[in-house]
Amino acid sequence: MDRGALFLDTFFKRELIVRYLPDILKGMVVTVEIAVLVVVTGIAAGLALALVRSLRWRLVNLPLVVFVDVARALPPLVVVLIVYFGLPNVGILLPSFAVLWLVLSLVLAAFAEEIFWAGILSVRKGQWEAARSTGLGYGQALFYVILPQAVRLTVPPLTNRTIAITKNTALGTVIGVPEILNQATTAQSFSLNATPLMMGAVAYLVLFVPVVIAGRTIERRFAWRRA
Amino acid sequence: MTSSRRDVILDVRGLRKSFGGTEVLKGIDLAVAPQELVFIIGPSGAGKSTLLRCLNRLEEPTDGSIFVDGVDLLHPKTDINAMRRGIGMVFQAFNLYPHMTALGNVTLALRKVMRRAAAQADEIGLAALDRVGLKDRARAYPNELSGGQQQRVAIARAIALEPKIMLFDEPTSALDPEMVGSVLAVMRDLQASGMTMVVVSHEMRFAREAAHRVVFMEDGLISDQGPPAKIFGPDASPRARAFLAGVAR
Repeated sequence: MDRGALFLDTFFKRELIVRYLPDILKGMVVTVEIAVLVVVTGIAAGLALALVRSLRWRLVNLPLVVFVDVARALPPLVVVLIVYFGLPNVGILLPSFAVLWLVLSLVLAAFAEEIFWAGILSVRKGQWEAARSTGLGYGQALFYVILPQAVRLTVPPLTNRTIAITKNTALGTVIGVPEILNQATTAQSFSLNATPLMMGAVAYLVLFVPVVIAGRTIERRFAWRRA
Repeated sequence: MTSSRRDVILDVRGLRKSFGGTEVLKGIDLAVAPQELVFIIGPSGAGKSTLLRCLNRLEEPTDGSIFVDGVDLLHPKTDINAMRRGIGMVFQAFNLYPHMTALGNVTLALRKVMRRAAAQADEIGLAALDRVGLKDRARAYPNELSGGQQQRVAIARAIALEPKIMLFDEPTSALDPEMVGSVLAVMRDLQASGMTMVVVSHEMRFAREAAHRVVFMEDGLISDQGPPAKIFGPDASPRARAFLAGVAR
């Protein structure tokens, strides 16, 4: 067998592609489900945390900042393993899907909080003052004047961070979530061939290249008129 | 709780403000009559802007009292948001909301604070923009407007709430010289309509022509005041004369 044929046989074996395509597709569905859930809950929680932080209550902000820093510093894989293998010992049984969702949501929430908070801080003080001087309350000024500007500033970093964290759905493979990588490694160990892994890689590209491109478009749209 | 003087719409007494250990206002007494235009001048660092910002509590005074139309502005039970509706403020940096049109800027408080219906808010907003000569730019965003136009929109934003008093914090300092006239014209028009105004500015010609009273501040205190003819004339205090001589250069 020449090298070209060997390469094709190792990474793109047609019969294996046909055999494992349904599994990979199933994995894609699971990956998309987790990714969407993580994005929704993670960003919502991150925004909520940033809003709480903007109230500047010291007793709340100290634990909040500690959480955010810890969640950003720890490798998500470590947290996934601790939660999945540790919680049952204290009587909390969570399905692997829920563990992955929870952990990635918390990590995204931590990063999103920092990004939203930076966005809120970057809106000039005069915007607060103008809003308050016309009789808007703190919450009204925040929601109608500050946040719309802060959110625009946060779109590029938030897009990048969201992509980075949703890719971590692949960590589900170590706790048995039947997402893309899990399906691919299972198929690889049965077939003793790298073709399923390559299929997994292609599946990630199919899912995430459009997201990356969409992210760039969103960034361009939001890099908008600033007075 | 209420001020005894009926001919006074704004009554400031013994006002002090410290930042950290630095006392910026050292006991200001100032009474402003309805429809009066009081012009505050003085060297930078004198506390002019701080005084103005205390008048709607963008800065919290350290001590003293402020009565607006008989209401104690510093009383803990005073609804500061309600009071601020009656005290318009115009900033040096305009501070328009960049994500809203001119009309959106003018109507935000009408819609969210005064709870006006959108159509009614737009009507009031357009009338306010008309007063500053910008009705035709109602749909423009701030970055599509010149500095002078932005400042006029900011004035419209304040007057749309029908304030009893307007505070101007160096309203023309950030403007190119050719833009200054249009803003001063709007302020002139406001004064003619009977608006009570407190203006911090370096536009001495405007002060001379439009102010009822000129207040000279230095080092956290009012050190001289009177009609423009006095402050800009030979009877002014030596410090005021020295300051004005420096400005006129």
